[in-house]
Amino acid sequence: MLPESLKEQATAAALEAFDASAVVSGKFDRGELTLEIAPEKIVSVCGFLKYDLKFVRLSTVTGLDLYPAEPRFAVVYHLLSLEGNERLRLKCLLPGADPQIDSVTEVWRGANWFERETFDLFGVRFRNHPDLRRIMLPEDWEGHPLRKDYKITGPRV
Amino acid sequence: MSDTTLPDIEAPQEQTAPRPRSMTLNMGPQHPSTHGVLRLQLELDGETILKCRPDIGYLHTGIEKEFEVKTYQQAVTLTDRIDYLAPLSNNLCYCLAVEKLLGLEIPPLAQWTRVMLTEFTRLNSHLVWLGTHAIDIGAMSVFLYCFREREDILRIFEMYSGQRMMTSYFRIGGLALEPPRGWQQRVRTFIDAFPSKVDEYEELLTKNRIWIGRTRGIGYMTIEDMLDLGVTGPMLRAAGLKYDARKNFPYSSYDQFDFEIPTCTEGDVYARYQVRVEEMRQSARIIKQALEGMPSGRWTADAPHVVLPDREKMKTQMEALIYHFKIVTEGFRVPAGEVYQTIESPRGEVGYYVVSDGTTHPYRVHVRGPSFGNLQAVPRMVEGTLIADVIAAIGSMDFVLGDCDR
Repeated sequence: MLPESLKEQATAAALEAFDASAVVSGKFDRGELTLEIAPEKIVSVCGFLKYDLKFVRLSTVTGLDLYPAEPRFAVVYHLLSLEGNERLRLKCLLPGADPQIDSVTEVWRGANWFERETFDLFGVRFRNHPDLRRIMLPEDWEGHPLRKDYKITGPRV
Repeated sequence: MSDTTLPDIEAPQEQTAPRPRSMTLNMGPQHPSTHGVLRLQLELDGETILKCRPDIGYLHTGIEKEFEVKTYQQAVTLTDRIDYLAPLSNNLCYCLAVEKLLGLEIPPLAQWTRVMLTEFTRLNSHLVWLGTHAIDIGAMSVFLYCFREREDILRIFEMYSGQRMMTSYFRIGGLALEPPRGWQQRVRTFIDAFPSKVDEYEELLTKNRIWIGRTRGIGYMTIEDMLDLGVTGPMLRAAGLKYDARKNFPYSSYDQFDFEIPTCTEGDVYARYQVRVEEMRQSARIIKQALEGMPSGRWTADAPHVVLPDREKMKTQMEALIYHFKIVTEGFRVPAGEVYQTIESPRGEVGYYVVSDGTTHPYRVHVRGPSFGNLQAVPRMVEGTLIADVIAAIGSMDFVLGDCDR
């Protein structure tokens, strides 16, 4: 459900009209609009945003680890509309055990590497991704370094 | 006698279609014209590229993780190391993001100095790009001319901050130090001579037949492809899209400056060269305006809980001493929230996504490096072209692998 305070935001209202069940919550803070999207709706929402609301560019995809809270992971998308000169942040919350979400590479091909990076460093799996491999770290690396429970100090000698 | 039967051995079938004559070639990671450690796996048929697979990550140093164990002010020094040809652009973007979280008002002197020095950074980066790109294509002497001017710029950085490259001169709340005495003279000497230096580079290249032959029609991409693949910066402008964060989302008082956004429509390597050369002229214009209209006043914000007090005050006033002690020992708290700040770096859109949980350390910092987005487009740009054109094509992207791998 979209909070009352966001009803006058054109983008948020249009998305609400497109699919009311997709928008879980939202906030407008420091001039930046954040919408929380239901994870299973992310591809249809992104398609609508790109083709109907002209958010032609996906600036970045990244993750956020809210450990030890549950749902633990957030996948964060930053979108840019050149026509409206407007930015938008989408967020999908995923559970700590086996986090999975659909890939948006079919909407923006440029999501490919950003999703690979998120997979590499957070361990979030992107379904239907054309080439989901580690990108920054070696193939045989263990663990996902940007998780909050990743050990950052080695054993003392 | 066992009843096992031997499998039928088939006679080798005659080959009807000729086997594909492709071979795989590794370009990099130690190839001089990949400008760092980029590895391209090229599948070739003769000299034509069938498939290109970029492999990155050789310079991954975990900077995003390191942000989480530094205080906000300490983390400024990390941002220099991301894009080592445009350290001040990264400083600026990070500082703007944290200042947005803090709600700080930055005084005009600091804002204008930031604009002036980031434009110097743009010149510095474009000069390195022009020199190395020309060397890749075979024009030796341009490199020497470009590095002559770059040396002057680095001396200006040194005058301001004591450092030539990793300046960390912009801090949260303003500048690290007061602008040095006599900076006007040094900047004026440089900027009065600079446009004629750009003419010199153009004389060497713009109408050079070899240069045109190697760059015209090479590395072409459409705007649609580039937007889809996340390409930003001069590459987009060389294809005709007039988008620049300095105009579209003005930051740090860029709206008070008068400058043009150069564009071309061809979208090839030569157009990117033209756009960047014109950007150098526009940067020189901005620096000149900053020099002539530089406001006076403080160089740090009026925020004692963030900005270190002067030595004089610290030694004479109790309150200043307490603030000094607090900032140095534990850092300052930043209100909880999240911001995504972008600026136009020499390479394209730099974005810092900073999440604060109300403590003295960033909860998460994500850096959107322009090189990362741009490099994704390499296969699209080079597949189907000749191997000799790969060098020209990737050179025209102007990526920095540190920025890509972080």
